[in-house]
Amino acid sequence: MDANALAAVLGEALPGVAVEAVPSVDLQSTLYVQPDDVVRVLAVLRDRAELKFEVLAEMTAADYWPREPRFEVIYLLISVQNRLRLRLKVRLPGEDPHVPTATGLWASANWLEREIWDMFGIAFDGHPDPRRLLMPEDWEGFPARKDYPVQIQMTAKSSSATQVTEEEFRANLMKDRLVRK
Amino acid sequence: MGLETELPDIPILTTTVEQVVQWARRSAIWPVTFGLACCAIEMMAMSCGRYDVARFGAEVFRGSPRQADLMIVAGRLSRKMAPALRRIYDQMPEPKWVISMGACASVGGVFDNYSIVQGVDQIVPVDVYVPGCPPRPESLIYGIVQLQRKIAKQKLA
Repeated sequence: MDANALAAVLGEALPGVAVEAVPSVDLQSTLYVQPDDVVRVLAVLRDRAELKFEVLAEMTAADYWPREPRFEVIYLLISVQNRLRLRLKVRLPGEDPHVPTATGLWASANWLEREIWDMFGIAFDGHPDPRRLLMPEDWEGFPARKDYPVQIQMTAKSSSATQVTEEEFRANLMKDRLVRK
Repeated sequence: MGLETELPDIPILTTTVEQVVQWARRSAIWPVTFGLACCAIEMMAMSCGRYDVARFGAEVFRGSPRQADLMIVAGRLSRKMAPALRRIYDQMPEPKWVISMGACASVGGVFDNYSIVQGVDQIVPVDVYVPGCPPRPESLIYGIVQLQRKIAKQKLA
């Protein structure tokens, strides 16, 4: 089943949803959809009998700065029983990029989306735990963006040893003993 | 001259407390089990039979920083890891020493980017820098011997 056939199946299942099949250089089907439709399209791809893309193999993003629309979010799907692979893409603007979360369909999307947020600053609406995944919690900026200064100069942060007074130390010991009892 | 010559029948040796203490310290430098990247593989090779750092008394890698004298920073240190490294260093009892192993730990190496600390001397005080990418086990043993020489010259406070 090539990209055009997949687009036809999706068009039949979801009338009114724009699905754009694009020629691919590596013989893997590639489709573009609109950001607002992506969860509906993914649900059909996962559940429809002739598709059954049940594995979300990978989610990633790409930054085409300074092109506009700047970002693309890419879902790589595998259908085990139909022996199909699909690359589903969404174009997003450079200003306030956001797309609905896929965590309702695949629990594995949770960390993948957190990584994309961490690296590209693309927000996933409705994500249950929208924290950074790789970078420290207090990091500023999104390092995988093309306009990010890679060789950034800054001093390294480290924690210092906890300083407690003698009274605090004793109080901590007593608290510990009470808990252990 | 000393007691040895005055009392030749008694097996006796005179020295200073400082020399004995520093001899003991440098002859049993126990490193903390702590590796960050590929340099740690060379560090493990150093402790195994072929290179056998036990000849220099530094083979006892301790699982707890409380029992360790030496931290070998073996590999690139990410900014997220830096607080953890500092914490392990703070948990080690005095006296303690640090070897910065390899290009990445010393100056950032090939990782001239936002996520890697450009030299662990920003985080912990380093005694010996061992160059290489990664350094061969012989290089690291040489670094430990250099550290032993340094310890031998240190004064008790």
